[in-house]
Amino acid sequence: MSHSLLEIKDLIVSVEDKIILNGINLTIGSGELHVLMGPNGTGKSTLVSAIMGDPRFQIESGQILLDGKDITEMKADERAKAGVFLSFQVPEEIPGVTLEDFLRTAKGSLEKRPPKILQFKKELKEQMKALDMDPSYAERYLNVGFSGGEKKKTEILQLLMLQPKLALLDETDSGLDVDAVRTVTKGIRAFKNRKNGLFIITHNARILEGLDVDVVHVLEGGKIAYTGGQELISKITQDGFGVLGKGVGLHEGL
Amino acid sequence: MKDFKEEKTRVDQADRTIYDVKDRLDPAYLMDSGITPEIVNQISKEKNEPEWMRLFRLKSLKLYNEIPLPTWGPSLDELNMDQIVTYVRPKSTMKAKWSDVPDDIKETFERLGIPKAERKSLAGVGAQYDSEVVYHNVRAEVASQGVVYTDIESALTGPYSDMIRKHFMKLVPPSDHKFAALHGAVWSGGSFVYVPAGVSVEIPLQSYFRLNAPGAGQFEHTLIIVEEGAYLHFIEGCSAPRYYVANLHAGCVELYVGKNARLRYSTIENWSKNMYNLNTKRASVEEGGTVEWISGSFGSHISYLYPMSILKGKKARMEFTGITFAGEGQNLDTGAKVLHAAPDTTSHISTKSISRDGGNSTFRSVVTVTEKAEGSKSAVSCESLMLDSISRSDTIPVMDISCNQADIGHEAKIGRISESAIFYLMSRGLSEDDARALIVGGFAEPIAKELPLEYAVEMNNLIHLEMKGSIG
Ligand SMILES: Nc1ncnc2c1ncn2[C@@H]1O[C@H](COP(=O)(O)OP(=O)(O)OP(=O)(O)O)[C@@H](O)[C@H]1O
Ligand SMILES: [Mg+2]
Repeated sequence: MSHSLLEIKDLIVSVEDKIILNGINLTIGSGELHVLMGPNGTGKSTLVSAIMGDPRFQIESGQILLDGKDITEMKADERAKAGVFLSFQVPEEIPGVTLEDFLRTAKGSLEKRPPKILQFKKELKEQMKALDMDPSYAERYLNVGFSGGEKKKTEILQLLMLQPKLALLDETDSGLDVDAVRTVTKGIRAFKNRKNGLFIITHNARILEGLDVDVVHVLEGGKIAYTGGQELISKITQDGFGVLGKGVGLHEGL
Repeated sequence: MKDFKEEKTRVDQADRTIYDVKDRLDPAYLMDSGITPEIVNQISKEKNEPEWMRLFRLKSLKLYNEIPLPTWGPSLDELNMDQIVTYVRPKSTMKAKWSDVPDDIKETFERLGIPKAERKSLAGVGAQYDSEVVYHNVRAEVASQGVVYTDIESALTGPYSDMIRKHFMKLVPPSDHKFAALHGAVWSGGSFVYVPAGVSVEIPLQSYFRLNAPGAGQFEHTLIIVEEGAYLHFIEGCSAPRYYVANLHAGCVELYVGKNARLRYSTIENWSKNMYNLNTKRASVEEGGTVEWISGSFGSHISYLYPMSILKGKKARMEFTGITFAGEGQNLDTGAKVLHAAPDTTSHISTKSISRDGGNSTFRSVVTVTEKAEGSKSAVSCESLMLDSISRSDTIPVMDISCNQADIGHEAKIGRISESAIFYLMSRGLSEDDARALIVGGFAEPIAKELPLEYAVEMNNLIHLEMKGSIG
């Protein structure tokens, strides 16, 4: 059994006094890739946002451990420094700050010293090339005027440049064209190693092509209603969530 | 332009102390507080001015005593004029070489980066210490083009005397408002620039102003004449140390832009937080000419600042790009004015304001289009960013359009810093303070982009300093 990278215990999360997640238990081992599925509005984004430390989501009780260390009370920047990364479902636009300056600032914050300029520039150029990104985008303001697909690619570029321990990808494949999905998947494959972990939210599973999925979770009714192997994915994508029967969470209600 | 980016990211570890330099006050000569005709006569005598200037000063003083304080803007009740020493003469007299400038003065300038700017081969440096120009240098190549760059006092008695007389306070008459009148009475120091027809000055001319004596007012006058088809970029940077006595700055800038000429006038002002900055700036633009204002206003307790452009000739153009940052205890009332007085003239006003910690920032724009100005275009846009709920930001656009064939637009946006953007940046490892500073820096980027490198760095520096220690 691999060492557990992320451990979530009895997590209860609310937003604006409404309970969204009602007792999540989940463990991701290092080197593993987990997939999170579930109908719209069940709280998938809520879960990864809570793991990242989004202050809009209130953690009522429970624990989040990274590498055995309790990060439940930490602010987002501390979690980032501990090794958590979130590819946002809707990435933010930051006018006036170029992608390159932003990445260099982020890298400098994470590594506690500014990266070496030339090395950084070279790496950025290579990673952008690998992701089929126009190099001129490095000089553009972060996500401003980027298309939906370009924003998602930029998230993966950040993932590759920042090399976190745990990558949470929230619907990174939504809005991507066929080629772009392939490129992104290639990026994820390049990122994946025996030490890090991936937690991928997807509706269509296209992003997973050619990736070894270790565990699939289905979120329903505020709980992990189903957990299974890769075979769950094709079942869901072909026949919908109904095929799984009524989830545990639905019976329990909230 | 690659270096630009790299150097800019290095300003993170800004050190506030370089802006709080406070030298031992050791003026050679200090005048009585309060303003009387005797004082004005004395100033004039000290300067060996022509008689017409002495009379001009006295006439201005009379107006100053007659005109009431403005009541439409931030309160000036606490401005105690008697307390303000109007004229503090530094020990040093005019110096041609840097090595001759007294050490303590030199140290101050060095900390403010002047010699460095010099090394970077900027065209000329006229730096004002207290009220007198102490250091002045015009590069030979600029002079050989026939360009005159000198302190205004010596221009007054030299071969350009008539030209000064013809232009001095003609754009901003002393009768304009109380502080224009005050300026007319006690002005001291400043720059005179004359660019002959057809000459393009490739390197920017820069001057550095700084207030030093507690309670001292600064009344420098800038007069720039750019003749037909000529080009000039003039930069004024101001920074002042912190003091606890009321301080007044009532400078005046007059820009004359000739036919098909272009003048770019950039300023970064960083006044101490007790300063009353009541500055008047005005440009007149002849046919086909262009004036471009880049203006960054930092510091001061209260500011009234609305550079005005008078588009006199057909197809004259103006562009104004400005930013203000109002923090705790600051009330910055700024903006821009334009008078379209000829056909096919265009104006473009674009400003940004940032307020935090209860700071108050007001943007006023006045666009006047006369009936003669057919086919004129004006676009005003103003974006404000409030960093908390106790700060204020207002926009007051005024338009006076007497012409049917004019295309006038106004756009105002007031926003708060987005919490989700902060979370996004924090999720990449930036602290909350750094995330806010980055967003604010990005907001100001369109202005920084317009500035030469040293000034862009200084502005980033100032923003970073203004942002520091605010969020607890
Ligand atoms: N800031 C918020 N304020 C109020 N309600 C919120 C907020 N954020 C999320 N919610 C609610 O929480 C629930 C879960 O939302 P979440 O975004 O986590 O769903 P999701 O599973 O990611 O859905 P999708 O598949 O559509 O992305 C939804 O009912 C949503 O309306
Ligand atoms: Mg979602």
